[in-house]
Amino acid sequence: MLKIADRTYHSRLLLGTGKYPSFEVQKKAVEVSQAEILTFAVRRMNIFSAEQPNFLEQLDLTNYTLLPNTAGAKTAEEAVRIAKLAKASGLCDMIKVEVIGDQRTLLPDPIETLKASEKLLAEGFIVLPYTSDDVVLAKRLENLGVHAIMPGASPIGSGKGLVNPLNLKFIVEQSEIPVIVDAGIGSPKDAAYAMELGADAVLLNTAVSGARDPVKMAEAMKLAIDAGRLGFEAGRIEEKEYATASSPTIGMMTL
Amino acid sequence: MAYLGGEKGMSITVNGKQVELFESVQQLLAHYSLENRIVVVEVNRDIVMKENYATTRLSHGDVVEIVHFVGGG
Repeated sequence: MLKIADRTYHSRLLLGTGKYPSFEVQKKAVEVSQAEILTFAVRRMNIFSAEQPNFLEQLDLTNYTLLPNTAGAKTAEEAVRIAKLAKASGLCDMIKVEVIGDQRTLLPDPIETLKASEKLLAEGFIVLPYTSDDVVLAKRLENLGVHAIMPGASPIGSGKGLVNPLNLKFIVEQSEIPVIVDAGIGSPKDAAYAMELGADAVLLNTAVSGARDPVKMAEAMKLAIDAGRLGFEAGRIEEKEYATASSPTIGMMTL
Repeated sequence: MAYLGGEKGMSITVNGKQVELFESVQQLLAHYSLENRIVVVEVNRDIVMKENYATTRLSHGDVVEIVHFVGGG
């Protein structure tokens, strides 16, 4: 079970809701992914054509925890404002702190992320910061009291997978709060790898929504995450440089 | 009376666009058929909670943001 603050979840896949080809595909993908936590962004409503459908309004919200993000924020202040807007909906008190510091790579601003997390904790939010894979930053955020840490595997939407598995492993080893590998996942092997390193969960979006068949990929990710988690719990064998025979070396008949 | 714009030339800014002035947040939302939608309203950067929609008066020049949840990662 994944435990974030006082909540528990069966699923270790957190799914983003952006950029699906259609609501129908998205609904099916969400369903087969078995995700229980869905991320959203907060944006201006087009009030002049308000009749356009909204995905969130079509969900049975009793089945999901909403994890709004503060995407679009470049400062702690902006992130706090977005977080408060999200919470005022009365639908959620969890927030993915996302403060981007560089537009080309969309990498997070560690200092603003830290400041925003501190303010939002003081406001009573359940705080899940999206961070770079910096081991010391992860520790500093944990010491503030954040409820999970979400280091990126590689830049958002890049699909490059785990570019620094060693750092992710260090973060997993030191953390007493859940570690959710967020951003950069490209394929099921990346998700499985993150889980094998001991991550508590994976958050992904484009890897599913941008796949040729998002519904099938949603299922593949679910299976990969389950497999990776089982593998981690089972404890993998040590790597060796040379072969070790699997069959007995004694009792061999004369050939 | 809900609609206070027009001849008096009074307006507010909603989501970056100038529109006629309405008496309250509730009237504004009703005009755009948003009463039953999942939205959050800010007036001059202060969040207006649902229970205060009817009592929150709008005045000429107010800046209103009406936001909602959209797909995102």
